[in-house]
Amino acid sequence: MVDFGGWELPQQYTSIRDEHFAVRKAAGLFDISHMGRFVVEGAGAPAYLQRLLTNDLAALRAGHAVYSQMCQEDGGIVDDLVVYRETDDRYIVVVNAANREKDMAWMREHLSGDAALEDHSDELSLIAFQGPQAHALLPRGSSETEDIPYFGFRPGKVAGVASLISRTGYTGEDGFELFIASDQVGKVWDAILAEGEPAGVLPAGLGARDATRLEAALRLYGNDMDETVNPYEAGLGWTVKLSKGEFIGRGSLAAVKQEGPKRSLIGFKTAPGDIPRHGAAVIHGGRRVGAVTSGTHSFFLGHPIALAMIEVPSFPVGERIAVEVRGREAPAEVVKLPFYRGSARSAVAPAKS
Amino acid sequence: MADRRYTKTHEWVVVDGKTVTVGITDFAQSQLGDVVFLELPSTGRKLALRESFGVVESVKAASDLYSPVAGRVTAVNDKLTVNPELVNSDPYGDGWILKLELAGDLPPDLLDEAAYKQVTEASAH
Repeated sequence: MVDFGGWELPQQYTSIRDEHFAVRKAAGLFDISHMGRFVVEGAGAPAYLQRLLTNDLAALRAGHAVYSQMCQEDGGIVDDLVVYRETDDRYIVVVNAANREKDMAWMREHLSGDAALEDHSDELSLIAFQGPQAHALLPRGSSETEDIPYFGFRPGKVAGVASLISRTGYTGEDGFELFIASDQVGKVWDAILAEGEPAGVLPAGLGARDATRLEAALRLYGNDMDETVNPYEAGLGWTVKLSKGEFIGRGSLAAVKQEGPKRSLIGFKTAPGDIPRHGAAVIHGGRRVGAVTSGTHSFFLGHPIALAMIEVPSFPVGERIAVEVRGREAPAEVVKLPFYRGSARSAVAPAKS
Repeated sequence: MADRRYTKTHEWVVVDGKTVTVGITDFAQSQLGDVVFLELPSTGRKLALRESFGVVESVKAASDLYSPVAGRVTAVNDKLTVNPELVNSDPYGDGWILKLELAGDLPPDLLDEAAYKQVTEASAH
């Protein structure tokens, strides 16, 4: 067990390698109830969220979800989150576990108009069933899900239990995130594993979650970005809709876009055994140009992969760089992101390095 | 097979005359998680007691390996180059790491099974 944002979570149930392959080849089941779940409600909720977040909430229809940044006035990222529009005036906002209290304070401070904000994290559990076969491997007593679009969701049943079924995830694979009443979630968890086991379904821990999200180049708050990083630097400029009207951070972000970001998040790979760890120096032309933000060994790709924040606008794909590994400079090569494109129907992040 | 003995840094040794086989313990491999790479010395290298002789890279972290005895490396487990996961699946068997020719005496502070168990229970919580 490891501490993750104040929650005790299993690094692995069996083996990170086996769980990682289960997610890529069949499906893996993650307990992601550590993530914060807020409900925003009221006639003023759409206007409130539109002002709070960088993405365009006006374009979000009921039954759909959108990935967005929540920024400070200076453009630094308070958190990255997913907003689910349940009805015209009711939203669920899923935030990072470690930021739950900080986000609640920030969101309360900026609360305006006829909108109410409540933390529903305890009564509502969240599990993720992710993999190319997740759809086919939902247990008996589950609603039809084939026609739920990517980043769409709807109320239904999983293993006979009322669930909000969302076609979203953090692995690059097709699959679902399921919102289920906490007193019922155990039944769904057990049913998915019991029925999926012969097809290779495994419960998957934080290790597999980190490896799969990194292969898909999905950013992790606290590693790849924080309050000192703006969305353009993090390669998430596509979540900033400057044309939508006023929102917190718009002025600063417009200036960054105008001038171009001064640093950027890049992806690179290294030789087997040279695992770049968080914080390791990235070297180019004999000079330190940045640091690793996330790195791991990708069992699926067969070599280590990493994201790094570099203090220059960009490096071309194929550029030879070096990274500090065990006190020496290990050769590395800049590669296109994502490192791996899974079965998710459309990419969360556009291909951009 | 002689008795297995342990260090506080989670290596194990089995002594057969002057030959000492070295590996990491089952507790160590379970704490490290999936091992993906080992950086190991060449045969012939002389190691002092508690000298760092290599690194185990797991998914989680890189960890130094320390020589439990003083001696000369006579063999390195080549299988680990291709199958580093043997350290996880069979830490006391096919996952052995080095063989050393012992120089001098065994250090007096090697632990028996019961004493090592106390070390792991203390560090587990």
